[in-house]
Parts: sequence; structure tokens; C-alpha cells
Amino acid sequence: MNPSFPPEIVPLFMPAAAEIVLAAGILVLVLVGAFRGEKASAVVNMLATALLIVVAGILIMAPTETVVTFNGAFVADGFGRFMKVLVLLGSLAALLLSRDYLRRDNFDRFEYPILICIAALGMMTMIAANDLIGLYIGLELQNIALYVLATIHRDNARSSEAGLKYFVLSALSSGLLLYGASLVYGFTGSVSYPEIAQAVQGPQGLGVIFGLVFIIAGLAFKMSAVPFHMWTPDVYEGAPTPVTAFLSSAPKIAAMAMSIRILVEAFPGITREWQQIIAFISVASMLLGAFGAIGQANIKRMMAYSSIGNMGYGLVGIAAGTVEGMQGVAIYLAIYLAMTLGVFACIQGMRTENGRPELIADLAGLARTSPGRAMFFAALMFSLIGIPPLAGFFGKFYVFAAAVQAGLYWLAVIGFLTSVVSAVYYLRVIKVMYFDDPRGSFVPMAIGERVVLAVTGVFVLAFWLAPSPLRAAAGVAAKSLFAH
Amino acid sequence: MSVVTAFFYLFSFVAIASSVMVISSRNPVHSVLFLILAFVNAAGLFLILGAEFLAMILVIVYVGAVAVLFLFVVMMLDVNFAELRQGFLQYLPIGALIAGIFLLELLLVLGTWSIAPHLIATPATAAFTPPDISNTRAIGRVLYTKYLFYFQISGFILLTAMIGAIVLTLRHKSGVRRQNVMAQNARSRKTAIEVKQVTSGQGV
Repeated sequence: MNPSFPPEIVPLFMPAAAEIVLAAGILVLVLVGAFRGEKASAVVNMLATALLIVVAGILIMAPTETVVTFNGAFVADGFGRFMKVLVLLGSLAALLLSRDYLRRDNFDRFEYPILICIAALGMMTMIAANDLIGLYIGLELQNIALYVLATIHRDNARSSEAGLKYFVLSALSSGLLLYGASLVYGFTGSVSYPEIAQAVQGPQGLGVIFGLVFIIAGLAFKMSAVPFHMWTPDVYEGAPTPVTAFLSSAPKIAAMAMSIRILVEAFPGITREWQQIIAFISVASMLLGAFGAIGQANIKRMMAYSSIGNMGYGLVGIAAGTVEGMQGVAIYLAIYLAMTLGVFACIQGMRTENGRPELIADLAGLARTSPGRAMFFAALMFSLIGIPPLAGFFGKFYVFAAAVQAGLYWLAVIGFLTSVVSAVYYLRVIKVMYFDDPRGSFVPMAIGERVVLAVTGVFVLAFWLAPSPLRAAAGVAAKSLFAH
Repeated sequence: MSVVTAFFYLFSFVAIASSVMVISSRNPVHSVLFLILAFVNAAGLFLILGAEFLAMILVIVYVGAVAVLFLFVVMMLDVNFAELRQGFLQYLPIGALIAGIFLLELLLVLGTWSIAPHLIATPATAAFTPPDISNTRAIGRVLYTKYLFYFQISGFILLTAMIGAIVLTLRHKSGVRRQNVMAQNARSRKTAIEVKQVTSGQGV
């Protein structure tokens, strides 16, 4: 029998050009690393940085229309483009932050930048997934790379503990997600989002909702929203700081993006049902993020609770369920990315001659020992509270405005109140930096940390001068989501 | 009752019973052996469906590789499994409670189950394999075309797992003598062999 294929079986590759280039690049990097051995770390890091920039360039150049390819498994649209660029920026910053850190702590291995790139590939797949199988394999690709990254400081007991905890709990949540996916498949007869959307219209039985609840539980774990947040503080504290910076930036954005896609594109028929679930998760995350962080002494733990709270604010926009809501989330995520990376650049800069203190109290008197750094750090903290005219204010403004437009006044009010509560711990950091007596000074920051801090700091400070480009881009992204 | 139905019940019963034994037997080696039995029965179920390729893959990969690997690990690692299980009874009441609630919810869900009308009308069309080609060929046809994307990403997952395992476990110890093929091949008769004249009765 002659195995000739009808031509329509060969899929379109161009919509996935960015992913294909990234995948091919990763394979080349593995080869470079394997042949150059121990000394390859610096070269591979540089090449990985270049690779991510090229991939982001391809994405930005790509045509804007929505294309579905690979037999419905992969969708390239404006929303995916926006989120993928954010993910790549987060990964790029993680690479910049790690360069010096890894060399100083003597575990500069060439696999580190490669694993970051693989995680980025997994996240891009998650964002582009147009069915449940694509979503799951993208998620697993990302997760496996992240487990290894969290454990990469393998001689450190805390890092190993963080990796193991992350692995076990994440595997559990993947199980929940798969179980939900199997229920949804059983009740709708399809794994592809458009076909699920077609099947799920009008009043639904318990089965689909049941499956959806499990899927949302799995997704909430990935974005560390309450009540699936337990792993976050321990993993953030135990993992090496550049890895924590990475964990709190790019994967969060990817998890949010894929949640938005699955909710809006696969379950538009039961928006009211998932709105309730998302609103609950959002409120719980905002409350826990605000109150949980108050008692923390370790700054990485504090930032873990802060990220839980921030995911809660982002979910407010999703709960609105409208184009404005999704636009708000997109803007919020872009600003969140900048703020988190800036803060982690500062945290990583907390380095003395003989160690890396991680307590908030160790920041004492930073304003006198290095005033420039303290100024940027304070600006980032004010921005996280949401003080106008800093960028963080606009992020919260757009999601809360969307919630109010959708009639969810109470959600916006709770968001506002928790922002006030969270001001307590952000202000404490500023107070320690500006009003406490110095305990000794930190060594100068590395070049990568300086670059990340300067870029994010200027972005946060100057965003109000020109908010429209980001708003326009987020608007295009959100519209493309509802177009089909 | 046809032969196929009889075999279906046989395989299913043995599979379920051996799965229960996997988690309840005291000796971990027995657990692994029951796991192998469960895999073989699952392969039998695939055979009934007409998916002989999957059945063979299941036997080769799961029984031949994975389960044997498990067996090695269980035998080589000196883990006291009885000690690990000690907390088991302590958590049984709360676990049973949650399992009970969950079962109740599942029953509620299954109560709403309805089969799409077109499936009831034509149950025969849900055949596992196209009639004219073997199912190995059928899988091959879709795996590299229709499911190309999944296939490639799965490959990447395996690559990542491999890189991860190496990153986390490989250590370059100093003083380990590695094989050096170049040096071995460069040895000639002159450098490798020393001919000694041994005088009889005196030794070297």
C-alpha cells in the first residue's frame, strides 16, 4: 500500500514560527553546552539571551490575524502574541539576573539558561494551546523545567526541599487538572476549545461544571491562588533568588493567560458559573495575600504572599468576564511583571561580603548606604501598593474599573480594601530602608541586576507619561480573544 | 455471553484485584509483581478492543522496562516501607470521610450522564481501527501528521526530563579514571608490551 497523504494533512508551520525557532535554538544550545563542557555557561547564557530576543522579535513581527493550525491544537492570535512577549521578557530578565548570581555561588552550569528557555517554550505552548491536550503537555513541559530549576542548587538543603515540595504538589494539581479534563471530555465529547464551547451552551448538567471546577483547581494551583497557594512561600524561600524571580514572573503570566483562554474560549456558555468560582478565588487570594504577608520577616516569603495577592487582583479582571476585564488583566500582568522583576533585582542585590541576608531587617539604612537603589526600591514598593501616578496604580485601576462595569462592585471594594491592608507591609520595607540605622553595607549590584532594576524602575516611574501604547496593545489582545 | 465478554470480565476483574493488591500487600516486591499483572491484564483489554499494537507496547514498555526498573529500585534501595506506611491508619478516618463525600458527588455527576443521540444510533461505527489497514499503520499515519505537535512537545518533555536528571545527579568526582579511547588506540606494541627474558630457575 502506498502511504500517500492528502496534502491538507501537512499543517501550517508559519503560525508557530516563534516556537519552532525557540525549540531548534534550544537543541543547538544543548549541543554547544555538551561540547564545551563546564566552561560553556557564559557562552550558553549569552546565546540563550540572544535566542529569546530573536523569538520575541519574530512574535512582534508576526501577522496579527488569528490562525489555527496543527489540526486545531495550536492557535496564534493577538492575545497569544501579547502574553508570549510578556513571558519572553520575564524569561529574559531571569537570565540577566542569574548571570552573576550563578557565578558567585559556584553553580554556574550551562543547563540553567537552557532550562529557562525550555520553560519559556512550555509557557508559549500553554498560551497557544487550543485544546486540552495541548494545554496539558505545554504545562508539563514548563513544570518539569521549573522543578529542576527550583532544585538546581542541589547541595543546598533548602533548595532541594523547595524543588521536592514543588514537584509533589504540582504533580497532585496536574492530576486534578487531568481529572477535570477527562470529565469535560466525557460530557462534551471533545477536547478542543471551540467544540467544547459548542457543546456547552444553555443550562448545563452537573458533570461539565464538576469537570470545570477541577480544571480551575489545577489552574489556580499553577498561578498560586488561594486555596491552592500553600507551596508558594516555601518554594519561593528555598529556591535560589534568580529562580524565585523567574517563578514569580513568567509562569504566573502563562498560567493566567491559559486560564483566560480556556474560560473564554471553551466555556463562554457558562460564564455565570465560572464567574462565581473565579470571584471566590480572587477574594480569597487578595485577603490572604494582604494579611499573610504582614508577619513575614523574610523578604522572599513576603514577596510570595504579595504575588498571591497580586494574582487575586488579576483574577478580578477575569471574573468580570468582559473584553474590558481581559484588557485590564493584560495591562495588569504587564505591570506586575515589571514590578516583580524590579523587586527581585533589589532582593538579589542584598549581598554582603560574606553572604546573602534575606531578612527585611537587613535592608536597614539602605537609603544612606546606597541611595539610588533605595529610591528605585521604594518606588517599586509604592507602585505595588498602587499609589498614583506609579504604574501599579494603573494596573489596579483597569481591573477594578472592569469589575465595576460588569456590576461586581463588591469585588472592586474588597480589592481596594486589601490594597490598603497590603500597604502595611510594603511601607514597612520603605520605613526600614529610610529610617533605620544602617547595619553595614551591601556590595555593588551586578550589571544584570542593574539593568533589570533600571528598566523596570523607569517603566514604573514613567508609565503615566505614555500609558496608551500598552493599553492599545492589551485592547487588541483582549478583542482577539472574543473575536472567534 | 460471548467469549469476548467473558474475557473482558476476566481481564477487568484480575486487573482490579491486582491493583488492590499493589497498594495493600506488605512486601514491596509483591506489590511490583501485582503491578505487572495489572499491566498484562490491561494489555489484554486492549487486545479485546482490537488495538494489538498498544497491547504489545504496554507489555514491552511497562512490563519489560518500567516494572523491572521498579523491581530493581525496590530491591536495591533499602527503604523500610512498613515504616513509611505507619501513619496510614491514623489518617484513615478523615481520608475515608473525604472519599465518601467525593463518591457521593461523583454519583450525583454520573446521575446526569446522557449519551449523545448519534452515538446510540450507530454504536458499530465506533470501531477502534479502520477495517483495511493494521492499527500500527493507523497510529503511524496520525502520529506524525495530525498529532505532530503533541508528538514533538512530548519529545521535548522527555528531553527536559533527561537534562534535569543529569543536572541534578551527575557529579564530576576528581580521581575517577575514565576510559580514554584515544589513548587506548594510540598504544602500540612497543609501549604496551615489555618482553622479558626469564632465566629458568630464577624467576623475574
